Order: sequence, then structure tokens, then C-alpha cells
Amino acid sequence: MARTLINMPKRARRGEIVEIKAMIAHVMETGYRRTETGAAIPRDILRLFVCTCDGEEVFRAEIHPGIAANPYFAFSALAAGSGTFVFSWTGDNGFAATESVRLEIE
Amino acid sequence: MRRRDFLAATGAVAGTLALRADLASATPEQAQEAIRALVGGGTLRKGRVKLDLPPLVENGNAVPLTVTVDSAMSAMDRVRAIHVIAEKNPQPVVAVLRFGPRAGRAAASTRIRLADTQTVVAVAEMADGTFWSGSAEALVTMSACVEGV
Repeated sequence: MARTLINMPKRARRGEIVEIKAMIAHVMETGYRRTETGAAIPRDILRLFVCTCDGEEVFRAEIHPGIAANPYFAFSALAAGSGTFVFSWTGDNGFAATESVRLEIE
Repeated sequence: MRRRDFLAATGAVAGTLALRADLASATPEQAQEAIRALVGGGTLRKGRVKLDLPPLVENGNAVPLTVTVDSAMSAMDRVRAIHVIAEKNPQPVVAVLRFGPRAGRAAASTRIRLADTQTVVAVAEMADGTFWSGSAEALVTMSACVEGV
């Protein structure tokens, strides 16, 4: 599984807005590049990143080749209650990765 | 090398280059087309969207982008999605960022690729059906997607 890096607080007060940063290791090959011999390098990108909290959607990014390698997204969530944040990435060639982080309300 | 072979070879190379030039850049018209398609019958107004890009980009392969929309993210005033469009990239639509019911602020950051010096536009789609846009210029000294492997 691809290396992922999630940065978010483990604890928050109810109603607080928490900042979330999520990054994943991926080449994001655009499909527009060629090798020295002129052969096209096939596209291999992530297509979708979704963050949910207990099944409710927080943030979703539809990804195109214009997103840089090792896609990084920073966004925020409303800490309405304790819950588990699930991060999932899907892409070309059957790529799939999932990560989860628990947030406790103090 | 015989002259005929040389011409055939260079012709083939020129043809490939022309094809690559086609691929390498969308036109501002295509970007406008993409914006029209997403706005549909609605109207697009300028304002409420702040797009932050470095004004001078040394490496187009990873350009930090932050987009912020002036919205309270309350039940009435919400941002549904932000569309990021780079008019001179091979594909003008770079990303669509969607905000769910548990989203905090109407803001997000990512890193994008820029093929050329250009204006990047962010269009915010609000829950009330209105569309707002903001833009930023970036001067790119080293373009993304030109180097081989």
C-alpha cells in the first residue's frame, strides 16, 4: 500500500473546526509525457480522494492530471462529535488506499 | 543518408512535435467552454473567491494553491464545490473540490501543475445555485510536463 501521511488533531472541543492535511505517495503520471525514444508513457493518476466522518462526507476532490505528484490536500472539518475519519484514495490501474484517524471530543 | 530518407525522418519528427504542441496546451476558449459547461444556465459573478498562488513559479510541477470562499458554511450559505481551471494546461480542469455536510471552512489547499504562464481561475458553486469566481496569475519559468524521462 502506498505511503500516506495524515496530519490532524486527535482531540478537539465540540463545535471546533479542525484542520486536516492528507498526503499520499503517488507518481501522478499525466499521460502527456514521452520517453526519450518517443513512446507515450501511459497515464497513471489518482482520480478521487474522499474524507468522511462516521459515513458523513467532509471533503472530496476529483483529481485530474493537473494535480502534482504525491497529491496533497488541506481542508477542515467541523468537530460535531467523536468519530472516525476515513480517508480513501482511488485511481488508475485499480489503485486504492484507505487510512483512518479517530477524533475524540473533550 | 539519402535526401529522401532524411526528409521522411525530419518530417515525421516535425509531425510528432506538432502533435505534442496540440497536446501541450488547451486554449483559453476551451477553459471558457469548461466554465460554461459547469455553470449551465446560471450566471457567473466575480468575487467571494480568493485564489492564492505564488506570483513567480520556478517549477511548474508542484505549485501550492489555496482557495478560500467568503461563506459562513451555514445551512443557508454553503459552498458546494470549487472548480480549479488552468487555461493553458493540456486539460483545463485541474481539480474539483467538494465540501460535504461535515466540512469546516470553505477553504482548501493543494499542489497543482502549471504548463505555462497563465491565469488560474477558481469557480465556487454555492448551495443556492449561484456561481462566483476568482483568479490569480502565475509566471512559470519551468513548465510541468515538458521533460522526458
